Amino acid sequence: MALRDQSYLRVVLYEGNDAEPLASESRFDAVSRLLNQGFALTRVGVGGRTAPADDRPALVLGQFRAGLEPNALSTENVRVKNISGLTGEQIAGAVESRRVEQKAVQHGGWKPWFPVIDYDRCTNCMQCLSFCLFGVYGADREGHILVQSQDNCKTNCPACSRVCPEAAIMFPKYKAGPINGDEVKDSDLQREKMKVDISALLGGDIYSMLRVRSERAQSRFSKERDSDKALTERQKCLTKLAAAGDIPPEVLMSLPSPEEIMRRAEEAKAKAQAALAAQK
Amino acid sequence: MSSESPGILYCHCTYAQVIDPAVKAAVLRKLCDSGQSFEAVADLCEMAARQDPALKRLAGGETVKIAACFPRAVKWLFASAGAPLDPARTEVLNMRDRPEADVSARLAAPDLQPNLPTGKTTAADAPKPGASSGH
Repeated sequence: MALRDQSYLRVVLYEGNDAEPLASESRFDAVSRLLNQGFALTRVGVGGRTAPADDRPALVLGQFRAGLEPNALSTENVRVKNISGLTGEQIAGAVESRRVEQKAVQHGGWKPWFPVIDYDRCTNCMQCLSFCLFGVYGADREGHILVQSQDNCKTNCPACSRVCPEAAIMFPKYKAGPINGDEVKDSDLQREKMKVDISALLGGDIYSMLRVRSERAQSRFSKERDSDKALTERQKCLTKLAAAGDIPPEVLMSLPSPEEIMRRAEEAKAKAQAALAAQK
Repeated sequence: MSSESPGILYCHCTYAQVIDPAVKAAVLRKLCDSGQSFEAVADLCEMAARQDPALKRLAGGETVKIAACFPRAVKWLFASAGAPLDPARTEVLNMRDRPEADVSARLAAPDLQPNLPTGKTTAADAPKPGASSGH
């Protein structure tokens, strides 16, 4: 199921009227556990604002005063649970049970690593779309670049941000700026690495380089029947690129066959050309 | 419940190690002990990728303070989910590069110091997710 189609559970920790506040340590423990399990949580206290209710399933947790029957307050979509006397672990367990009942999304199955476009900087040049082999980018009806399939992105790989001439592509979980979203300074743009055509790192077109290397390796393989040598050769080629572009070696090693790379590259270029044509 | 007090949104950045865990824990603990209502999410990036409708809810309040990461990233994460933040009504507190005490103090302060980057394009003008041409 696509990320966007998954349902999820809203958790509300109610500490307003008709409920006893949790002890400080218990509250922090419960909230921390739920966040670490991937849940979003609304804490309702004595002051401040919270986002309004919506139509998604919710679980309301609270130490409700005696005489207030949680089941009577529950509806089909909103379940109310008394958590008096429960430990943080038991509270987290109760939320998880409700999530399973609701068939809501299980968090943590995917590290949310994907590009985010800064449209203040983006010039819609389509280099990212042309470059990406994994179909992460697309274009809207007017030919504007957008991130279309976040879950296709290769975890920890910031390669497309390196080909962006305007430093307009962020990966918020990247370690360093400006790719992590930190302010873009003039010096960043002047640095060759921010403007580099990544193929230049290998002294030529990355795709043809990979193809040549692979063909050599395949040729040697056919002569020597040594699959380890072929693999070593490919690794040598990719290590240089990985170091220069901070691209995880496992991402490069998982690239498809040279033929498939060429096919996808052509496809991506065609998409970019169509999007650029749509702008005219 | 004061209509003037900004809403609070805390991001735990659960799925990465880019924010010092000690900073996150200290900010969250003070928030929990403040008695204030707040919204806490495991990971804004994950919600943005899922285009979680809750982001519209969170962005749609009168004013909001967001404890997360870089303002530029937060601005465009929300925009990418079709939930643009209003630059005049949003303050982002960056737990990646500000001391915990600063972040906690700003969360507790009644005033708002808007700091989303402004530029040539507003988030509302940016291409809309889900409007792919199928190219």
